Amino acid sequence: MPEHEAGGSLGTPTHEVRDFLRRRREQIAQRWADEPLFRTVFTVSRDEAVEAGKAVVDALAQVADAQRVEDPDAAGFSAVREQLARMGAARSRAGLSATQVASELAALRPPVENLLVADLDQASPEGLRECSTTLTVLMGTLRLVAMQTALSEVQALTDRQRLQLLEVATPVIKLWDGIVAVPLIGTLDSARSQVVMETLLNAVVEQHARFAILDITGVPTVDSLVAQHLMKTVAAARLMGAECVVSGIRPAIAQTIVHLGLDLGTVKTRASLADALGYCLHELGTNIVHTAPDGAGRR
Amino acid sequence: MPTAAGVEARLPIRSDMDLVWVRQHVRQAAAQLGFGLVDQTKLVTAASELARNTLVHGGGGLMEASHVTTGGADGLRLAFSDSGPGIPDLDRALSDGYTSGGGLGMGLGGARRLVHDFEVESVPGSGTTVRVTSWVTRPPRQREDV
Ligand SMILES: Nc1ncnc2c1ncn2[C@@H]1O[C@H](COP(=O)(O)OP(=O)(O)OP(=O)(O)O)[C@@H](O)[C@H]1O
Ligand SMILES: [Mg+2]
Repeated sequence: MPEHEAGGSLGTPTHEVRDFLRRRREQIAQRWADEPLFRTVFTVSRDEAVEAGKAVVDALAQVADAQRVEDPDAAGFSAVREQLARMGAARSRAGLSATQVASELAALRPPVENLLVADLDQASPEGLRECSTTLTVLMGTLRLVAMQTALSEVQALTDRQRLQLLEVATPVIKLWDGIVAVPLIGTLDSARSQVVMETLLNAVVEQHARFAILDITGVPTVDSLVAQHLMKTVAAARLMGAECVVSGIRPAIAQTIVHLGLDLGTVKTRASLADALGYCLHELGTNIVHTAPDGAGRR
Repeated sequence: MPTAAGVEARLPIRSDMDLVWVRQHVRQAAAQLGFGLVDQTKLVTAASELARNTLVHGGGGLMEASHVTTGGADGLRLAFSDSGPGIPDLDRALSDGYTSGGGLGMGLGGARRLVHDFEVESVPGSGTTVRVTSWVTRPPRQREDV
């Protein structure tokens, strides 16, 4: 134990709070173990909840010791950051909103406050008020740390999901030996276009494709940026020895492209995916034989 | 009769994601006012160009959409404003192929061709507002009405 004298000498309120936290470590952890935040997360045994609570008390004491009660980046918090994140995440998974998690965190303060008041009954009202304020600030910072950590978890999750979505939304389909197709669906923002280009070029290499079809039937808007992305993709594929065909340009989009003044002259286009496939097969020298039920319809 | 609700809006333009909302709003507002599919597409594309300019060149801003009428015709007016560097030479900016960045330089001039009315207000150093309006053209033309 550091040089701390039990009772008697009054230090700064911050050090008073630090000493109080160290003295009442066990009791605080016991009371927290009954609070929803700990009780519902550590369901295996109560001891586990108490141990987790002690770790948080220790962190708070360390932060107070360093006189950093207002600083969510204080080194003392680092030991419990991960634990707090797991607790917050568990509550979110249980269906609680961020506001509800925040109020569960806020509920940790009153039990500590009560212990503090009981503990400092010898102190002057002035001293007690100062300690109480310090504790409130410290608990507020703890809440901030927990919420920050929880939010960055959420951010990481959405980033991951976004990446997954980008990949899922860009399947490369092998239509024939040497012919791959990418049906594009949704908004072609810059990040997405990058993924499309990489996926397509990889497929060209892996499948030894001579033709790549970009089908834009599912792209709602073709503006100058989307057109630029398409042209870049076509140019890059060409460098890899593959010819790109863009299909699925709907009539409204075709008219818009013309008014916009975009020149897609360098890009081979076909009305539909089927037309594009037909073109590629023809270029590959593959013969398609139509077999009608009877010969009547043939010219 | 189209109503203002669902057309009137002030949308922030601060990120790529905001461009998605802008396009969606314009498409839905245009459909509600009775624009046909081709005109909807033109308006959405013009909005996409102008909103991206607001974001990329103007450093972000907002789009205001409103329902306007004249002589019984319905129109959709879109105003894109930012407080960025402004456009020093508007004629050059409007000419096809001019870009100060790595674009195609087709956005501004192209947007002008996609709408009926187009005006730019730009003060170098204090910002740019581009206002565009398109009118619903209904198939039975005046000539046939008479
Ligand atoms: N809101 C704005 N604020 C400042 N400058 C602008 C703004 N809008 C356009 N400009 C200037 O006008 C130029 C032409 O715009 P335009 O949209 O035609 O081309 P671009 O944005 O460079 O390329 P893109 O074809 O991809 O749209 C821009 O490069 C920019 O210098
Ligand atoms: Mg532009």
